[in-house]
Amino acid sequence: MLVTILFYAFATILVVAGLGVITSRNPVHAALSLVLCFLTSAVLWMLIEAEFLAIVLVLVYVGAVMVLFLFVVMMLDIKVEELKSGFTRYAWLGWLVTGLVIAEIVGVVVQRRLGLDVTRGAAPLPPGYSNATELGTALFTRYAYAIELAAVLLLVAIIAAISLTLRHRRGLKLQDVSAQVAVRAEDRLRLVKMKAEQRPTEPKP
Amino acid sequence: MITLGHMLTLSAVLFALSVAGIFINRRNVLLLLMCIELLLLSANFNFVAFSRYLGLVDGQVFVFFILTVAAAESAIGLAILVVLFRERRSINVEDLNTLRG
Repeated sequence: MLVTILFYAFATILVVAGLGVITSRNPVHAALSLVLCFLTSAVLWMLIEAEFLAIVLVLVYVGAVMVLFLFVVMMLDIKVEELKSGFTRYAWLGWLVTGLVIAEIVGVVVQRRLGLDVTRGAAPLPPGYSNATELGTALFTRYAYAIELAAVLLLVAIIAAISLTLRHRRGLKLQDVSAQVAVRAEDRLRLVKMKAEQRPTEPKP
Repeated sequence: MITLGHMLTLSAVLFALSVAGIFINRRNVLLLLMCIELLLLSANFNFVAFSRYLGLVDGQVFVFFILTVAAAESAIGLAILVVLFRERRSINVEDLNTLRG
């Protein structure tokens, strides 16, 4: 009973925060609402006993991705009024699609023929069950290749993000170490083979 | 007791909200990226719910990978956004018409 009350409370906060993300005029407010969304989602995942992912969501999303978003929002000088001028032109289409999507998914949920009993709660976990252990066992045995691919993907993302935003300024007096090391004697010094010349005799005064 | 229907309905509402957000904020690239994050979150809700109610841990492994990909996506997306703002002094989608698309 308490779990149900908590679920409804946090679900309400989540939906209100989601509305805040999509309707707020200020990008900073939208980003902060998105942080609230992630936090309440973490609480909801904890309520259905997916603890590891809840903590990962807080650490990775709230701790890293949203801080990155806030950095970018505050770094860029955005003119909000200009971006909001066509606010309601396509809003009706948005709300139409929203209603359709909700109707479709709720239709699937209440559908009985799928063999899915949606009124069932999750089976209680055995005592001594550790979500992190189970997830780690699956990740490092059956999904070992996938996790290595994910690591490569993150590396590629780091390199791409850095190389995209790296700025080369012209006219700065910098040492280019690789150019210094790669220099060869032939580029700097030219040896010319020629015959010896006699110094012209100076005219006598 | 939280049933599967609760979680699926909540995720449907969240998904629909973020789709509406993409339509509403279709000029601001930054808010579009935020709406995509919200969309991925609602998909993750489904994965976690089914993983928990079917008693299989694989759904949660998937969520793990989705989080990885989403983090990489937002990092690169924001990098592109910063470069774009440096070039154009604007993040309006309608200004991005160089390719006449």
